Parts: sequence; structure tokens; C-alpha cells
Amino acid sequence: MSSLLRISDVQVEYRSRGNGRVRAVAGVSLDVAPGQIVGLVGESGCGKSSLARVAVGLTPPSAGEVSFAGRPITPLGWRRRPETEIGLQMVFQNPYASLNPRRTIGAQLLDGVPATVTGAARNARVVELLDRVGMPAEAADRYPHQFSGGQRQRLAIARALAPQPRMIIADEPVTALDASSQAQVVNLLVGLVRELDMGMLFISHDLALVHEIADVTAVMYLGRIVETAPTRELWRDPRHPYTRALIDAVPQIGPTPRLPATLAGEVPDPANAPTGCRFRPRCAHAFAPCGDQPPTLDLGGRSAACWLNDPATASAAVASH
Amino acid sequence: MTTIAPDPVAPDPKVDRALSRRRWLGRLRGGSTRPVWRQPVTLAALVILGGWLLVAIFAPLIAPYDPLAQSPDAYASPSAAHWFGTDSLGRDILSRVIHGARLSIPLALAIVSLALLVGGLLGLLAGYLGRLADEALMRLTDLVFAFPQIILAMAVTAAFGPNTRNAVLALVIVSWPVYARVIRSAVISMRGDDYLNAARLLGVGPVKALRRDVLPNSIGPAIVLATLELGNAVLLLAALSFLGLGPRPPAAEWGSMVALGSQDLSMWWVSVFPGLAILTVVMAFNVLGDALRDRLDPRYAKGR
Amino acid sequence: MAPLLDVDSLAVTLPGPRGPLPILHDVSLTVDEGELVGIAGESGCGKSLTAQTLLGLLPPGATVSGSARFAGTDLLGLDQRGWQRVRGAGIAMVFQDPTAALHPMLTIGRQLTEHMRVHLRMDRRAANRRAVELLDQVRIPDPERALRSYPHQFSGGMRQRAAIAIALAARPRLLIADEPTTALDVTVQAGILALLDRLRAETGLAVAFITHDLGVLSALTTRGYVFYAGRVVETGPTGELLTAPTHPYTAALLGARPHGTQAVGTLRPIPGGPPAPGQAPPGCPFQPRCGYAEPACGTSPPPLTPAGEHRSVACVVRPHLEVAAR
Repeated sequence: MSSLLRISDVQVEYRSRGNGRVRAVAGVSLDVAPGQIVGLVGESGCGKSSLARVAVGLTPPSAGEVSFAGRPITPLGWRRRPETEIGLQMVFQNPYASLNPRRTIGAQLLDGVPATVTGAARNARVVELLDRVGMPAEAADRYPHQFSGGQRQRLAIARALAPQPRMIIADEPVTALDASSQAQVVNLLVGLVRELDMGMLFISHDLALVHEIADVTAVMYLGRIVETAPTRELWRDPRHPYTRALIDAVPQIGPTPRLPATLAGEVPDPANAPTGCRFRPRCAHAFAPCGDQPPTLDLGGRSAACWLNDPATASAAVASH
Repeated sequence: MTTIAPDPVAPDPKVDRALSRRRWLGRLRGGSTRPVWRQPVTLAALVILGGWLLVAIFAPLIAPYDPLAQSPDAYASPSAAHWFGTDSLGRDILSRVIHGARLSIPLALAIVSLALLVGGLLGLLAGYLGRLADEALMRLTDLVFAFPQIILAMAVTAAFGPNTRNAVLALVIVSWPVYARVIRSAVISMRGDDYLNAARLLGVGPVKALRRDVLPNSIGPAIVLATLELGNAVLLLAALSFLGLGPRPPAAEWGSMVALGSQDLSMWWVSVFPGLAILTVVMAFNVLGDALRDRLDPRYAKGR
Repeated sequence: MAPLLDVDSLAVTLPGPRGPLPILHDVSLTVDEGELVGIAGESGCGKSLTAQTLLGLLPPGATVSGSARFAGTDLLGLDQRGWQRVRGAGIAMVFQDPTAALHPMLTIGRQLTEHMRVHLRMDRRAANRRAVELLDQVRIPDPERALRSYPHQFSGGMRQRAAIAIALAARPRLLIADEPTTALDVTVQAGILALLDRLRAETGLAVAFITHDLGVLSALTTRGYVFYAGRVVETGPTGELLTAPTHPYTAALLGARPHGTQAVGTLRPIPGGPPAPGQAPPGCPFQPRCGYAEPACGTSPPPLTPAGEHRSVACVVRPHLEVAAR
């Protein structure tokens, strides 16, 4: 299967005051195929947004490579984005900050309409884009503050669609929205991706939501992907204790109150990440091999970075219990 | 990763607006949301500046005498013939004050716009590029800030030779750093907003993005500052002239006129009338700057 | 036994730019001693304003009618001094954003003890002892050290725990928690929910938990109220409410949640948005968005009427609802 977006062993480091260099992303590889929705879940501070920014070229990785449609993504810097990369677009988290408050919606959508579309066809394209996201044509003449959060996110989606992208990276696109607008925006986004046969990397902290829409889910913890699997399999049979903990922490609706399971400890500061397996200090199953960083083990169509999945070490764990 | 944790349950905008109006505007309502004609002080400032503008434009028609014409009637106190009196060379002070408007106001505007242009451009680049460019610019502004404005301006004018052009140049050199700093910090605070990133991802070039996305969203504070600084520019120019470093005599410049009269204060009218001219212009610009600041404040601007 | 908190036909109107805006209409709710009660609804539905009313924190110019009694005290008749007494030791509150409730320049210890020294007239020693006890109670590790820390040194979850400790300082009998876990990650949220449940079990604290997340509502609370456009549209035992809703709005909210069925369109968004205050249609406020609306819905807002044991619903149609709740 050829991948549309390929993230290979990407690392992102920040210089932070007092802490020296902080590694927000510590070697992540991830593939998204055409027509596929990959969900990336993780809690705040796990590095998922940093990864998204690297993937589109907004920030340079400190190591590793990203390629889109077979060509490497070059960090944006002080230049125009090359034509070949424009097929990779992004929808940002905060719709209140992702639309320029001083330009009309129409002008901002036109930014993305390819130069090959000329004359009256340009405006027709804007109307078509607005229609795609369920907004009236009159929206083109308005300014962002005249819209609600959910509407703004629709407009931001329309803008991302303007250059007819082949892939969209959506970074927490509904986190800032109300429950009913969340459902509207997610349905819109997923519907469009399916209809236009695009690829999508959907980044969220909301496991239940990702469960709903993603074909494949990757779980990130403290700068690393700990597990990747087809969404149903991941939900039904998580192979990494952190995935298990995340699933168990989602509050469920039931006939009687049942508190979600808690996870011991807190996410460590990325500046002093634990050695070996990064989840080890909080893991109920931690055993001797966890002092070494577990490799990402191929488990047949899915993978996990946990020693429990290694037959050699796992038998030792059983023996020690 | 969610560094900006937006309120996931944004309160209803209507209620929110009603509440925040009550909380903030109740206290801060300094006339900022009222139309200009309901703000007497701002209105007065506008009228004064408008008046000066007319005076400057129609100076030759209004002035009763030639501002440079000398007469034997030196140091005449204010009278029906010379409302503001005459100076040591018998020149009519009213005519000189009127013609002075043609010099002081355009020069102040030139100084401020040039400084805004230079400082704005550098600040924009420093804020946008960050890192080395930013560091270099900030140290440069520190260097300028290290000297008192007037001393540095004097040194520059003295070095280039005292004339009007060099005085303006010197004042631009001493005043651009404020604009650079203000624009830089505005750019830095909007750099976290993703509309710039979104535009760049669509293939908008960096220069175009700077012009469309960065500049309009960061220039507000600098414009307000420029208005406030106009008064300062009039004062600095007057000070340079006063010291003999500005427009050369016999040009009718308010600062040098004040200087002339300050030699003997018993002839009060020689310096008081040009001084009053400076005072009114400076105060009017300041009031206008304040009003503009209130108006451009995002808290008030958001709703419209 | 009379409930700890008894709100009856509460209505609140806020001043607006173009005349008064009615925000709450005819809200009645009760909280018993040691009970976990949930209040659910979308933003702007009036759930937070209800909390503000119960703490005497309404903006000036607001008009209130109805009644609200707390442990026998008529809250709506209180003066400033009376409110002071109720706020510390009677009703306390924690907010969505704990940073807003914590002073950034003061240590956690100072913020905890100052409260106790002023409100409970404790000396420094006793206050410190109690502060350590409280931090321990909210499961903040190494309380002695935490006392000397500043809020920014804490993670989001720890900050919320500290804010809860401060709220508990004067031993309130009712804690109003306004979306206290909304800004937190799920694993951190799980910890806070467990904490609130344990506090209730150990100290008999009553908790009114305001949330827009029906999962949280179900996991924590035993009885729930669903708000819409400033009205209570449905109430009952949380489990029944969410597994067998009788109001179309409750059902619609449930439908908009992820179900794990994995097919496009399984999230069933509610069309449109809630009405702005003062712009609710005549009749049932949900009627323009309701799939079951009938002409009868447009006449007057339906009153909350009993529907089975312990349950009430404000709907004249009460259709047969299918809900894909798991």
C-alpha cells in the first residue's frame, strides 16, 4: 500500500528556558494512505500538535523526514510553499484564531483557489466551497466575527478545501466547539474526506470521537507512538497498557453511575522523560525489561511498543507474577 | 499540545456581550463607543487641528504681513496693527506664527511618518523572522534608547550639519525604535494566531502574507502611538530650532521663534504666541491619539 | 427530610443593551445532603448562571424571582454579610479554569490558610495543619511541599485539586462544580471524578456537577437535570435519564455523541443552534430543532410534569424515542 503522507522517525526539539532542549517528539513514524482516516490520540503535551506542524512544514523537524505524495516536505521558512505541497492542507484547533479578523471570508478563501482558475470562475469557486460546507454564498462578504465558532470552523474547512487538497491534517478541529457543533463539524469533515477521497490525519485528545471516525488509530504518549492499530481492534483489544488506560478513562453512559478507571501518577515533564519505556512509572504491568526502550513490534497489521507483546520477555513477566 | 486551551463551552455571545458591556464599559466608558460629536474634548482637538490645517493652507491669504519683512518698529507690543506684536527685527509675530504652521505641522508629520515607516518595517521583519533578526534589531533599538532623544538628535544634526532636512533625519533616527518595538511585539502576539499559517499553507508568499495578514493586525497600536508622537515631534523640532540646529533663520519656525524671545522675557509676546501655537497643536494631537487608542482597542473593536 | 438545597421556580433576568434579557425560566431543582447531582446542557443554556445565582454572584441589575433555600436559609433574601457566611461554609464552588481561582503570585499554602484564618479564625499553626490535611484529602502528593509551591508549578489536574482543596477549606456542605474537568485530559478527569465521589462518601459533601458531557454525568451523578434555553426540560435518576430519555432534546444530545459504530453520519448532530436569550420562540424552546414537533408545541412552553417515578419532563409530545446509548 503506497502512502500519501509518510512521517519517518521524526523528532522535534524545542529550546526552552532553563531546561535546555526539550524533545517534544522523540522519533515518530506514521503513514496515511489515500482515502484513509488516521486518528492520532494523546493527552496534552504528548507532542501530537508539534508533529502536525512538522508534517505540513510549518516547523522544521530536528531529525527525520516527512514526505507527501512521494516528495519530501520542506520546512516553509521564508519562501512560497511549492505547488506540490499545496495538496496537503491543515485545519487548526481554534477557529477564533485561524481566520484573519480583518479580511472577508471570500478574500481568505480566494487565497487558496488555484491561479489556473481565473475571472468569474474564481468567485464561482468560492460560492461552491461555501456551499460544500453548508454556508450561504453571502458569507463571502462577511468578516469572521460575524460567525459562531462552529460556523467559523466550517469556513476554515472550506478554506482548506480551496486548493483541492489530497490530504488534510486536522489538529483538534472540534475541541473548541460546543457539543452539537462538534457533531456537525465532524460529520462535515469526515463526509467531505470520504466524498473527495482524501486522506486525513485527525488529531484529537478525544478517544471516543476518534473511535467514531478513524480507520486506523495511533496512540501517542510523551513524544512517542505507543500503539497503532485498525480502530476497532485497538478499541476491542488494546495491546499497550497506556491505550487500555485511555479507553478505561472515558466515562461511559450506563444505567448506574460507574466511575472511569484512574491512572496512577501524572504525565512526566518531557524535559526529564523516564529512561526506557516512557510509560513505565505509571504502568501497572511494568517489569524488568521495561528499563529498556521497547521497540515497535509488528503484531500483524498492527503494532505496539510494549515488552508485553514480545514473546520472549512476556513469558518472563508471567513467570515473575 | 493544547497550549491555548480555548473555552470549549463558549458562553452565548449575546449574554457574554451584555455581561461584558456591563462589567467593563460601565467603568471604562471614556467616550470610546460614543460618536465623536458626543465627546467634547476630542471634538475640540479635531476643531483645533482642522483650524491649524486651514491656517497652514491659506497662510498667505490670512497673514496680515510678510513673515520675513523687517521694519524699524522692533519689539512693538501687541496692538491693533500688530495683534501679536513684533520681534527684534520688527517682523509681525502673528504672520510668523501663521506661516510657522506651514513649517512645523508638515515637518512633524514627515518625521512621524518616516519613523513609522522605518520602525514599522524593521519591527515587522524582526517580529516575523524572529531569532537573529529580532535579536539584532532589539540591540539596535537599545542603543538608540540609551541616549536621551534630544541629545542624540543634537549630535546627529551637528554631525550632518544644521539644516531642516538633517533635523528631520535626526528626529527620525531617534524616534523609529519605539515603532519598531511596538509593531514587533504586536507581530509576536499575533504570530500564534493560525490565520497566518493557514494563508502560508495555501501558498501565499511571505511578503504578501506580511502585508495582508500580519501588518493590518499589528499596526493599530503603532498608529495610535504615531498620533501621540506627533506632538512630541513638534516639540523636538522646536527644541532643535531653539538650539539653532533646525530650520535656519529667518525661516518662521515656532521653536526658533520661542528661542528668539527667550533672550529677554520682558518682551513676553515674542515667545508666548509661538509657544501657544506649539501648545495647542501638541495637546490636540495627544487628545486625538488617546481617542484613537480607545477606538482601536480590540476590546471595543471586536464587536464591530 | 427537607433537601439541602431547594430551588423553586427560579427566574433570572439580566440587563441587556436593548432591555432585559430573560436567562432562566422557572427552574426548580433540589440537592440532598451527600448527593451527587448533575446539571447538563449546552453552552448558554443557563446552567452556569444558576450556579452564580446560588452564590450571590449575579451581575448588578439582574432581577431574580422564585425561591432558593439552602439548609433553611432563604438565599434570595440575603445581604452581603449573609452571602459571605453562605459562600465559605455553606456553598463553595470550583470552576472550569482553576488558574482563574488561584492567585498566581501566592503560594498554595498561603491561599489555603488565609481563607481559614479569616473565615474560621484559626491561628497559623492550626491553619497549616488543616491545609496539609486538605491537600492530603484531595490526593496531592507531598502536601508539605505543595504548600510552598506556586500554582504555575502544578499541572492542570493538580491545580484543579488545589482549587478543590481551597473550596473545601471552610467545610462547605454543597460544592458546585462548574465544568471542572472540561479542560482536562481524560485520565486526569477520571482522577477528579473519583476524588469528588470519595469526598461525598467520606464527608457527606453534596455536589452539584455542571457539565456538557453526558458521559461524565452518567459516570458520576445519581440524579440529573437537563437544561435547555434557560429551562429544565427533563430530570430524573441519571441512569434512567440517559438510557431511556423522554425529552427529544435529551435524546438528541445523546445522538450527537460518539457511539463507536464507525460509519459516516453516526454522529447525529442537532440541526441549528440554541436560541439566544430573549429570542426563544413562543412555546417549547426546542421546537424549531425538534424532529417530533407538533402544532401544540408552538403555543406555550410546556411545564415540567411528572413522568413516572422520580422523573419529570417538559414535553407535550413525548414521542417514542430510540436512543443508541451503550
